[in-house]
Amino acid sequence: MTEKDFDVLIIGGGPGGYVAAIRAAQLGLNVACVEADKLGGVCLNIGCIPTKALLTSAALVNEIKTAGAHGITFAEANVDLGPAQERSRAIAEQLSKGVSHLFKKNKITHIQGRGRLLAGGGVEVEAADGGRQAYSAAHVILATGSRPRDIPVLPIDEDRIWSSTGALLQSKAPETLAVVGAGAVGMEFADVYNAYGTKVTVIEALDRILPLEDADSSDVVERSFKKRGMDFHTGALVESADVTKKSVKLVFKDKKGQQQTLKVQNVLSAVGRVPNTNDLGLDDAGVALDDQGFFVVDEYMRTSATGVYAVGDCAGNQLLAHKAMHEGVICVEAIAGQAHGTVDYQNVPNCTYCNPEVASVGLTEEEAREQGLEIDIGKFPWVANGRALAAGHSEGFVKVIRGAQYSEILGAHIVGAHATELIGEFVVGRHLESTVEEMDRAMHPHPTLSEAIAEGALSALGRAIHI
Amino acid sequence: MEALSPTMEEGQVVKWLKSEGDGVSRGDIIAEIETDKATMELTARGDGVLRAILVGEGGTAPVGEVIALIGAADEDISELQAAALAAAQERGAGPAEGQGEPAGGQGEPADAGVAVVGTDTAAEKAPPGANGAIDGRVKASPLARRLAAESGVELSAVAGSGPAGRIVKRDIEAAIAAGPVATIGAAATPGFAPVLVPSGAEFEDVALSQMRKTIARRLTESIGPVPHFFLTIEVDMGRAIEARSTINAMLEREGRKISLNDLIIRATAAALKRHPACNAHWLGDSIRLFNRVHIGVAVAVKDGLITPIIRDADLKGVAHIGAEVRELAGRAREKKLRPEEYTGATFSISNLGMFGIHEFTAVINPPEAGILAVGGVEEVPVAEAGQVVVRSRMKITMSCDHRVIDGALGAAFLATLKGMLEEPAAILV
Repeated sequence: MTEKDFDVLIIGGGPGGYVAAIRAAQLGLNVACVEADKLGGVCLNIGCIPTKALLTSAALVNEIKTAGAHGITFAEANVDLGPAQERSRAIAEQLSKGVSHLFKKNKITHIQGRGRLLAGGGVEVEAADGGRQAYSAAHVILATGSRPRDIPVLPIDEDRIWSSTGALLQSKAPETLAVVGAGAVGMEFADVYNAYGTKVTVIEALDRILPLEDADSSDVVERSFKKRGMDFHTGALVESADVTKKSVKLVFKDKKGQQQTLKVQNVLSAVGRVPNTNDLGLDDAGVALDDQGFFVVDEYMRTSATGVYAVGDCAGNQLLAHKAMHEGVICVEAIAGQAHGTVDYQNVPNCTYCNPEVASVGLTEEEAREQGLEIDIGKFPWVANGRALAAGHSEGFVKVIRGAQYSEILGAHIVGAHATELIGEFVVGRHLESTVEEMDRAMHPHPTLSEAIAEGALSALGRAIHI
Repeated sequence: MEALSPTMEEGQVVKWLKSEGDGVSRGDIIAEIETDKATMELTARGDGVLRAILVGEGGTAPVGEVIALIGAADEDISELQAAALAAAQERGAGPAEGQGEPAGGQGEPADAGVAVVGTDTAAEKAPPGANGAIDGRVKASPLARRLAAESGVELSAVAGSGPAGRIVKRDIEAAIAAGPVATIGAAATPGFAPVLVPSGAEFEDVALSQMRKTIARRLTESIGPVPHFFLTIEVDMGRAIEARSTINAMLEREGRKISLNDLIIRATAAALKRHPACNAHWLGDSIRLFNRVHIGVAVAVKDGLITPIIRDADLKGVAHIGAEVRELAGRAREKKLRPEEYTGATFSISNLGMFGIHEFTAVINPPEAGILAVGGVEEVPVAEAGQVVVRSRMKITMSCDHRVIDGALGAAFLATLKGMLEEPAAILV
């Protein structure tokens, strides 16, 4: 066996790639990570993290409106998206540097450039100046991520029609914005721009917003957003977009089948993401894709080509950073002969960080009923929780889907402040195979939001205390 | 080698039901394993191909040792195979007979090889005693416990596939899917050995069966550290024999019968209820007194003995007990008892009366604190009110663990038992 340049070479420095790199280094492997852009990937640079910074700003804008009740008065607040975007960029920058530091600490080689698989093994890296260099590695992990889906009827130009990337680069909030697609990305930007003064109209093809969440969760968010002045068209299909210099004229067919026209300054296209699996030299290396363009992998993230693996968005399933990180760890632990388990795709939490936040794990009520499961539903509203009332956040609920036969936690849904933090308790409960009873019997401190988790569980058992 | 019974420490491969190269799915029966108690089925805990058999038929392996490898068809298993062989050699066992070469098409020993078998088998991940039972505590998730309780699966008989052998939902689901822990009798040797004048060796060295090894170990343990003492009492069985006739006359229409031994089991259970200090286990640093009475009844089987358990014998009618004893003893002889049917006795009875034994002492089965050795009923001349009369008498000897049962306590228990057998109506009091 000839000496290889690296034990593990990872293409892509996003959450799947950089976590795999660190874990591999911890396991004593010689690791390199090829990334043309900044480390941290979409998540850290133009995704999860900068949007959370903006949402914090947006929440503050909304919170300020309640200042009077706290005895704080001042002249009318002016809002300006510019500084909020700068703050968001600075945070992303800081975190990306943090990943570079972790690479140095773990002696991981960062190769600047674009990686492509070579026939017969190895990877060729093309640097920004066009220079090419080949590297050999015993194991190659593809962590190439995904990008916004560009639909023909709504071509993204990042000027009038934005993807999430464009929406993160604006220093001025437009007067009007149409958000096409009411998933997590669409709802988060709708929240941000609404707070900074934009008139937001949401257009969603399915019959409700946040269509992957429980219908009760969708209801709470829609009502809350409507109260803040947003318009919603669900069950509506965009038919054309006429882009002019200053505006976009959208034509869409509404729920009743009637054509409507909407003139807006900008459009955010948030209709999903597609995997980055093109131009990677896959054919030569013999790596198979599924019919949607994702890599086909087994439970240890092995692709159809020997020694080639794929993790994260490009490997399908949920397109979420935390799923990618777990896949990265499982992949390299298996490579090192220290496999400790596989990813439980049934226990991946979903989070939307708009205000109110939405978080869930497991089945929705609808899914459980479709599967013919015998279930009990528990629902505990925040208005019955002392801490939530004291904080002034009483929108939403904790909802528990309980399997009637074995008291299994089939699903949990939280809408409201800090929902995305609270969902972790249900994830742990499900991971350890707790029954619904355990969620209550483990004592929760009073007064806290976490008490609502116990109450949600009790409600599913038909005996919530505070409602 | 999975722990297929709570006391199993090693197992002997009776038969491989799959060959190298055969595809297997989770739940498939892949081998028959003789444990210390019975011949059990070994089921696959993952999907894949049976790549290599490391312990051949007739070979023995301790619990926790790899006996076969299941993996993807093209996986490189050479390292695992080498590791397993090294482990076997370390404990002095050469490659067992029948060990095959790895199935053809062994994965490319490429530098890109993955040193992992693509299934989470419990045997690989869990330490010996794979069902998670450590110091008597069974590690299982709350959901798995609930599922097991409602589907009648005995947790202690399930091997856990979670961290450190923790039993999780999928293990119980697999156990339910596999059905009752059905066992297969060892290959029978029909007929009798021909009677021939010995012409060869004057003696024969017989290899120890798993059961014989366990009996030897357990009983040596018993007679060593357990401070036994023995109490013998003579019981007049006249009324008991009458009671048996009366009961059998009543049961005749149902085509059922009870034996004196069934009555003795019932009386013993009732007496234990009155003397709960005798219905106990010695746990080393504590004594466990049982509120329920589970009586182990020693049954002779082909190469040893086993004690199936009559649970809650104090709550069952004597006809019920009789039917249960016959059913369990029948299956015990066929080696088809499930582990939960012979573990967990609170007290035991051994009756050798039918073998013409007058009286004997029985060895305690730890951690139980006592066992009764019941002899045969014999007609003996007895002096009564100046007359010699013939009575049916039986001797019972109780072996007591002195750490739990003191002389006076044992004597009081035996007096109660004697009273019940001499006047069976006393059982009802």
